[in-house]
Amino acid sequence: MTFALSFYTLAVVKALVLLGILLITLVYIQWVERKLIAHIQGRWGPNRVGPHGLLQPIADSLKLLTKEDLTPPHVHKLIFVMAPFLAVSLALISIAVIPFGGEVEVFGVRTTLQLTDLNIGLLFIFAVTSLGVYGIALGGWASNNKYSLFGALRSSAQMLSYELSLSLGVVGVLLLSGSLSLRRIVDSQAGYYFGFLPRWNVFHGPLPQLVGFLVYLTAAFAETNRVPFDLPEAETELVAGFHTEYSSMKFALFFMAEYANMITVACLATVLFFGGWHAPLPESWGIQYAPLVVGALVAGLLLYHSQGAFAGKQRRSMQVFGVVAALIGAAFLLQPVRVLFSPLFWFAAKSGFFLFLYIWVRGTLPRFRYDQLMGFGWKVLFPVGVANVLVTALMVALFG
Amino acid sequence: MNFQFTQTDFFVLRPAILLCLFGCGILITDFFIEARQKFFNALTALIGRGFTGYALWQQQSYLKANGLPELVGLSGAITIDGFGIFFNWIFLIATALAIIISTRYLEIEQEHHGEYYALLLFAQTGMVFLATATELVTLFIGLELMALSFYVMVGFLRGDKRSNEAAVKYLLLGAFSSGMLVYGFSIFYGIANSTKLADIAQAISSRDPKDPMVFLALATTAVGLLFKIAAAPFHMWAPDAYEGAPTTITAYLSVASKAASFAFLLRIFQSPLASVRPTWEPLLGAVALLTMTLGNLAAISQTNIKRLLAYSSISHAGYILLGLVSGNQTGLKGIAVYILVYTFMNFGAFTMVVAMRNQKIIGDDIDDMAGLMVKRPAYAVLMLIFLLSLAGIPPTAGFLGKYYIFLSLIQTQHYYLAVFAVLYVAVAAYYYFRIVKVMFASEAVERGEISDSAGIRVALAVSAVFTLLIGVYPEPFLEMAQRSLFASLR
Amino acid sequence: MLDTALFYIFAALTLGGGVLTITRRSAVHSAIWLITSLLGVAGLYLLQRAEFLAGVQVILYVGGIMVLFLFVIMLVNLDQAAKEKRFSGQKWIALACVAAVALQALWFVSKGAGRFTLGQPSIAGENLGNSEHVSRVLFSQYLLPFELASILLLVAIIGAVVMAKKRI
Repeated sequence: MTFALSFYTLAVVKALVLLGILLITLVYIQWVERKLIAHIQGRWGPNRVGPHGLLQPIADSLKLLTKEDLTPPHVHKLIFVMAPFLAVSLALISIAVIPFGGEVEVFGVRTTLQLTDLNIGLLFIFAVTSLGVYGIALGGWASNNKYSLFGALRSSAQMLSYELSLSLGVVGVLLLSGSLSLRRIVDSQAGYYFGFLPRWNVFHGPLPQLVGFLVYLTAAFAETNRVPFDLPEAETELVAGFHTEYSSMKFALFFMAEYANMITVACLATVLFFGGWHAPLPESWGIQYAPLVVGALVAGLLLYHSQGAFAGKQRRSMQVFGVVAALIGAAFLLQPVRVLFSPLFWFAAKSGFFLFLYIWVRGTLPRFRYDQLMGFGWKVLFPVGVANVLVTALMVALFG
Repeated sequence: MNFQFTQTDFFVLRPAILLCLFGCGILITDFFIEARQKFFNALTALIGRGFTGYALWQQQSYLKANGLPELVGLSGAITIDGFGIFFNWIFLIATALAIIISTRYLEIEQEHHGEYYALLLFAQTGMVFLATATELVTLFIGLELMALSFYVMVGFLRGDKRSNEAAVKYLLLGAFSSGMLVYGFSIFYGIANSTKLADIAQAISSRDPKDPMVFLALATTAVGLLFKIAAAPFHMWAPDAYEGAPTTITAYLSVASKAASFAFLLRIFQSPLASVRPTWEPLLGAVALLTMTLGNLAAISQTNIKRLLAYSSISHAGYILLGLVSGNQTGLKGIAVYILVYTFMNFGAFTMVVAMRNQKIIGDDIDDMAGLMVKRPAYAVLMLIFLLSLAGIPPTAGFLGKYYIFLSLIQTQHYYLAVFAVLYVAVAAYYYFRIVKVMFASEAVERGEISDSAGIRVALAVSAVFTLLIGVYPEPFLEMAQRSLFASLR
Repeated sequence: MLDTALFYIFAALTLGGGVLTITRRSAVHSAIWLITSLLGVAGLYLLQRAEFLAGVQVILYVGGIMVLFLFVIMLVNLDQAAKEKRFSGQKWIALACVAAVALQALWFVSKGAGRFTLGQPSIAGENLGNSEHVSRVLFSQYLLPFELASILLLVAIIGAVVMAKKRI
């Protein structure tokens, strides 16, 4: 198979695989969120459709698809229809430049685990996310409804303000790695200090980017309109904010866009600050067997609980999942599987942690007031971001 | 491509760096100064002037001591030569004068803020680069820095509708003209593949002088530049901006901004465009003639003294352009002398208008000056000196400037232009003497009190002394003007 | 071939967007067309292998400045303005002038195009991407204008504060 021939096919195959995984994640992250929030609040969460409510997202999707698609009479039609598509397509595009792993060889084809490596990858992501605000702003405006308009205004102001901090948080990383290409940024984080401390940017000399990371993380919450910065859709003040007038599929698209953004931001945090697919410890410590251990633990936990008193109807499904987890873990014993999937495992684990953090925060923190939000963004986050850039630049100039 | 920031670069940049530092410093210290003691900001700005002047003097004496015609810094972005240093002195003087006349005026207007002084310094920074930069991007950003500061300062009287209107008009037309200018620059870059003036000059001179590309670049650049110096037919913004702006800023705008724009224009026309002189000479001649005509004729019917002086400054721009049209050594020396003289006399005239502003009246009507001779004879006489000089009557300095311009026109056989230029002196004398008549022959009006301060007195004295001194003892100033010529012309 | 096609698409986006920007009645529609036009420019940059510039164009103009435009347009009640006549009687004079200038420019360009050296995009071959090239030039040859631009921005900020704030 010549490379020239396979270029387009390979791109299509990679795009399709990525899209499939992304959409499944999008659907199931909502299930995870509902379950987790429920547990935080001492409830069961969805548990009727399928075992553990696992089919709930699919039922929800069907429901949203088949609902009547209302277009209120007073809206600006074209923009009203365009806005959600804009939001979701921009949100999905940005995943294209995220590298999930190094170079691998599958069935004789060598490729990188990344759709495309732009040398302005990071700029690309920022460009696309900065466009994302249009979906919300235009949607809110086109709805011709004061609450929607308020939502739109809030979101434009908020996203503009926090975008600055977001970028500032990342500048430190750029200074350390000297490239805008995400792959090169990850590559620059390979290796370990003192044989155990990973050279991730949060630990990277000459100045660990811990502050930069915190700035980034906080701003990322605001960029994705998540609690505690979800003012554009604050239901207590604005009914549902910018998507008050949206129903059915269009509403679902906004919903998808929000979660897609969340995933992008989580992946980006992994790539920029936590070493991408690199394992937290060197192989000499046996870290390559971590997936195995995790699989075994999960299997053990599920199988143990399936014997417990509360398992009830779900005993059978818990047993099945336990066995599956054990098998997956066991698969990591095979050398080729380990080589291919270990990076993916670490990437997924880190990104998954950030997604979990999002949900955790949503279950824990109350919403900001609007003036607090703006004040915090401009008077705290922004100066801290600037200071971080200055100090990092100085350190890089002196010791880099 | 190795780049090092050398000692020379720092030396070359020092005046600008000092200006920026003092500008930022004022912004910070202003924070700690009580509302009634804002004149400390003026003091800081003046000290900054001192440092900048010292840096400038060092540059000048360095050039002289080493016998260098010029000093190039930052890989060709900046060239310190006699021309740049001469103009820098003018900016320095104008800014210092603007600072000392501002304190009292701003208190009366109740807009005494530190930002004002900072903006003055930043505007001067822009001017420094307009006079010394030899690279298109630096020149353009310098121009914008100056212009942006002026937009804000023109609208500084925020409660005054006229000031707001002036700022908006100035901003819109200024932005438009910058657009034209940058369009021309882009074609220059296309022609030469470089942004350095020297490279562009070489590229253009190696081309066919009739090349339409060169003409396109020339035309658009010229439009942009003529806008900046308020030459007809691109002068419409000037009277409105001059009238609405705080009078101190009008004074500064009419003097420093015009000098800086002329420095810019002279450098562009004499360095990259020198080889296509036959193309632009008639063009500029026509513009100069039109400028003098419109400026002088429109000034006749004005009743607002700021507008009158605005039109008169437009006509002065026409005279200065004539020097470039003739283009020989006399003409260019004439330009330098003219701009120097114009700085003092025009500033003096506007300072009088500033002094007329008191708690009750704006004081920019010609009739507000009625009977000044009876009330405050000293001020009336000073104003008379400035007006005589503006009209170009000996023995004041204004005559000297006009004399060299006319002389150069005759030397280069531009007889028609010379005739018109002389004729318009008579027209100008007519409207300047309208003010004189009001001051000396009319009944005194009650409200036209002078509200002077030490700063205003000093500024008036300095302006008057130089206006007379250059007129009666011109030798050192002529020598200065001689040194300001480009090395190739000396 | 593909490049040429793309060039015409982006050029059409840029110019068409520009024309529609000034002819639409609704201010929001105008803003949207302006965004289209700016995206077209970003596309043209990409065709010139100037990825960095394209990215910055999108982030700053489309993602930043235009959002602010929209923000202000949404805040201001423009219903009244939308009903008023948009063009004064000078419209035809203005159009004639624009046409004249455009024809002149076209004529000049067609006459002088042969002698017009186009800057070549710095293509790889070296190991450096576009962003690295931009940064090298920016911090060596154009260091001074770059630094000066920061003062310019400072002045702009001061100006905005002075103009907009009630008490300073």
